[in-house]
This record gives sequence, structure tokens and C-alpha cells, in this order.
Amino acid sequence: MTATLDQPVKAPTFHPVSTSRKLKNNIATTLFAASFVVAMIPLAWLIITVLAKGVTAVTSSTWWTNSLAGVLPEELAGGVYHAIYGTLIQAAIAAVLSVPLGVMAAVYLVEYGRGRFAKVTTFMVDILAGVPSIVAALFIFALWIATLGFEQSAFAVSLALVLLMLPVVVRNTEEMLKLVPDELREASYALGIPKWKTIMRVVVPTALPGMISGILLALARVMGETAPVLVLVGYSRSINFDAFEGNMASLPLLIYTELINPEAAGALRVWGAALTLILIIAALYLGAAFVNRYLTRNRV
Amino acid sequence: MKRGEGQWGDTVFKSIAVAAGATIIGAIALMGLFLIIKAIPSLQANHANFLTSTEFLTSDADNLRFGIRDLFMVTVLSSVFALVIAVPIAIGIAAFLTNYAPKRLARPFGMLVDLLAAVPSIVFGLWGIFVLAPWLTPVATLLNDNLGWFFLFSQGNVSLAGGGTIFTAGIVLAVMILPIITSVTREVFALTPRGHVEAAQALGATKWEVIRMTVFPYGRSGMIAASMLGLGRALGETIAILIILRTAAQAGHWSLFDGGYTFASKIASAAAEFSSPLPTGAYIAAGFVLFALTFVVNALARAAAGGRVSGG
Repeated sequence: MTATLDQPVKAPTFHPVSTSRKLKNNIATTLFAASFVVAMIPLAWLIITVLAKGVTAVTSSTWWTNSLAGVLPEELAGGVYHAIYGTLIQAAIAAVLSVPLGVMAAVYLVEYGRGRFAKVTTFMVDILAGVPSIVAALFIFALWIATLGFEQSAFAVSLALVLLMLPVVVRNTEEMLKLVPDELREASYALGIPKWKTIMRVVVPTALPGMISGILLALARVMGETAPVLVLVGYSRSINFDAFEGNMASLPLLIYTELINPEAAGALRVWGAALTLILIIAALYLGAAFVNRYLTRNRV
Repeated sequence: MKRGEGQWGDTVFKSIAVAAGATIIGAIALMGLFLIIKAIPSLQANHANFLTSTEFLTSDADNLRFGIRDLFMVTVLSSVFALVIAVPIAIGIAAFLTNYAPKRLARPFGMLVDLLAAVPSIVFGLWGIFVLAPWLTPVATLLNDNLGWFFLFSQGNVSLAGGGTIFTAGIVLAVMILPIITSVTREVFALTPRGHVEAAQALGATKWEVIRMTVFPYGRSGMIAASMLGLGRALGETIAILIILRTAAQAGHWSLFDGGYTFASKIASAAAEFSSPLPTGAYIAAGFVLFALTFVVNALARAAAGGRVSGG
């Protein structure tokens, strides 16, 4: 070994990062951050547009208290309370029907579901979540109106909304029930309390705030649905309190109807109704956040 | 508490829970069944080929002529175009939120992206045609002038002015499906095993190399599933497309500057005329094709993810 070891045998372990690798890293960082910014542009643009174009109508004195009954297309008068009522009642009926069903299905999947039938159920929940709203509406049309012979009504819309709400409620409730620690269930069983009572008195109450906020978000999701109202109910310019009979307006249906109104008042109503819809949805989101934040803290 | 009492309650309660689960399965089964039942008489009375005809004439119940070729073209082209735009951006956002954004900001940033999903689709439609479309018209004209030889950018069957084209619709769809693709992708990226990341870091990888070597390979099936879910949403989107796309006199030829109808917007456009059974059945037949299409796409998403895909 006539060593000429004036330099290390092994190359130094720590190379400085080469310029090209640094460059690639910087490009990647920029692109990732830019994609987030790109997503925020339409959101901000859209909200600013709706606010700017909708504020005139929404702040007019009759907007929240009047309907459009007897108001001429070009007249700058009237309001949309008939459509707000329609949107709220249709969503409320959908909630009354889908919440118990969805919660029980989630209870089945989390507390009982083992084996093949449970697997098929989760699969079908996923499929139902992917069913387009127009297909749900068409199905209700084929079943409720074309086969069973009922008239078009707000209730038919609610039935279609049930199909759209169900998977959201099931999934969210499932998540919340899974968060309930098993110790709570076991403690209850140890006291000799049957399983069903444990679920009703211990598991569900513990998960309740999360379930409620999920339901509020699901409601917000279905309120903006337009396809079901187009297929399943006629538009009305005046108030109709009866969800089981007659035409009924809703905010999406009012927007769609006023779109073909060429007058300036039509555009004002369109954007005003869009802003009203967004305000209602924002209120539901705030409600959900509130429930999550203040009710969860007292539990568990 | 007597033992028997509890067992009796348990049996009833469990039955109710199972029935609720069965209702969901039943709903899907009935959906397929009723759409088929109502479509068959119209399909039998159809004088055109259902799969290859570009006509959709239902005004004369004695001479129904309807086919889904043009609907299929518009639906697939707009959805795939939306996907091509949305997927890279969604992956970028997911990578940004899981690996770059400060921990304190990652959650609020993620919620901002989710807010896009809260906007009703009819509002997206209004914004798309009245606000976005005028901005896109110069871009569309530029593409059409310079790349018109390529079929995607060739002269379409509607006017470029006004922007009622698949080009505009696809971009709006991309914005609409962004949140679902982002949220599913983000979930998977966040699950990348710590060990993989640290191993890459120990080898001296830069942040980008860490992501390329650990996060992307680990999240690949998740990204595919997310894209499928996004595609499913885009295929079924109704009202935004109905508002944006202009009616075309002729059938399209796979150009982004075509107009026309998707399955969903065609059905919605005729909703007011659903009175006599035979013409209505034609639309129900189109609805069944859409149902089958989204069923397959969503089932594929599930298969790709190897089980459940959330993405509310």
C-alpha cells in the first residue's frame, strides 16, 4: 500500500445541492403555491360578482317581504319571499325524511354492519353519492309522477332532495359515530344496558354536535339544487304554502325563470336571488361551525 | 332491567337499522329499474338509432327520432376537458396544503377550497356565462385562429362570440370539480408514511424530490380515485352547463368550440314538456345512460381507492 492518500478515498458524503435540483425544487414550490392561488381566483371573483350585482335587489325594501305576484317583468318592485319559503320548506321536508333514515343506516353500518350486506350498503351509499341530481329528479318523476300518478309538487322535489341528502348524512354520521370511543360503549354494557339503549342514550348523544353540523352542511348542499325543481315542480310568482299541491317557487327556479326576462329588472332579480341563496347557505355554514365549536366542547 | 326486555328492544332496533341500510340499496335498484321501465316503450317507438343518431326530435310522439351520439360527445368532451384542467391544479393544491402550507394555515386554506363546493351550480352557471365567458372569448379566438387545424380547436357549430361553448363550460366545470378532487387527494397525501418521507430526506432529497419519491407514488391510487369522482361530478352537472352552452343547429365534431347539450342539460331543457309518456321516455332513456355512466365511473373510483372513497 504505497499510499498516495492526499485525498479521501471516498467522495465527500455531503454534496451541496446542485443548481438544477435547486431550480427544480423552486419551480415545484412555485407551481404548488400558484395552484392554490389559481383556485382562489374564481372563488373571490364569483363572490365579489354576486355581491356587487346582487346587492341592489337584496337591499330593496320589498325584497324579503313581498312576492312577485302581479309584478310586471320590467317593474322594479316585488320580492322573493315566496321563493325563499319554497327553498326552505323543500329542504326542510327533505331533511325530515332523510335524517332519520340516514342516521339509522349509519348506525347499522357502524354498530352492526359486518359481512356482505354491510359491504353492499357502503358501496350503494358511494354510488348514491355520485348520482347526478338530474337523474335523481328523473327517477322521482318516473316513480312518483309517471307511475304512481301524483301531480308535480314541492313534495316531489323534496323526495328527489332526499336521495341527494341521504349519502351525505350517512357518511357524516358514520364518521361521527366512529369517533365515539369504545370505552363509552363498554362502560354502558358493563352497567347491563342493552345495545340499542347504549346507542340511543350514549353513542348518538355523544356524536350529536358533529351530526347536526353535518346535517346543516347537507342542507346547504341541496338548497342550491336546480335540476329537481326544473323537473318536478312548476314555477309560481306568488306564495304557495302547500308543499303537496300546486306550483311553488324556489330561489334556483326563480333565477332560471327570470333568466329569460330581457328587462333590466330581470337581471337584478337573477343576481339578487343568487345573493340571497348564497347568504342562506353562508348562514347554514356558520351555524354548522357554531354547533361544532360550542357544543362539542361540553361533551366527551 | 330484565334480560328479555333488552333483547327484544335490541332485535327491533337492529331490524330498523338494517331496514334503513336496505332502503339505500333499494333506492339504487329502483332507480335503475324505473328508468328502464319508462324508457323501453320510447326506445321501441324510436325511428332513429339510439346510439348513433345525432337527432333528438321528440315533438311528434308518432315519429320519435332520438339518439345520444351528440349528447355523448358534448358530455364526454366537456367533462374530460374539465378533468385535464382540474386534476393538475388539484394535485398542486393538495401537495401545497399537506407539505408546504404552515400547519396553522393548512386547515383554513383547505376550508377555502371546500367553499367552492358550497356555491350552488346555478350561480356558477351565471358567473360562467355572464362574467367569465367574455374574458375567455379572446383566448378562444386566439386558439381557434392559430391552432384551428387541430380538431379540438377547429371552428365549432356555435359562434365564438358570447362564449357559449364547451370551452367555457369545461373551464367552469373544472372549477366546480376542483374541491372534490382536492379533498380526496389531500386526504391520501396526508397519509404518506412518515418513514418514507424521512428516508427520502435522509438521502438528501430536496422537498420536491421527497414529494416525487414518496408522496406521489403512495398517493397514486388515491389521485386516480379522486379524478374519477371528479369525472362523475362533471358528467352529471346540469344547470351550469344548461345556462352556458348555446344550442347548435348541427351536430358537433369534437371541437371545444362546439355547443349543444350534455345528457343532463338536454333532460333539464325539456323538463317543462314532460307531459306525454313517449317523448318523456326518450329523455328518461338518456337519463338511464347517464345513470349507467356515472355508476361505472363511481364504481371505478371505489375500485381504484381499494374500498371507500369519501369526498363529501
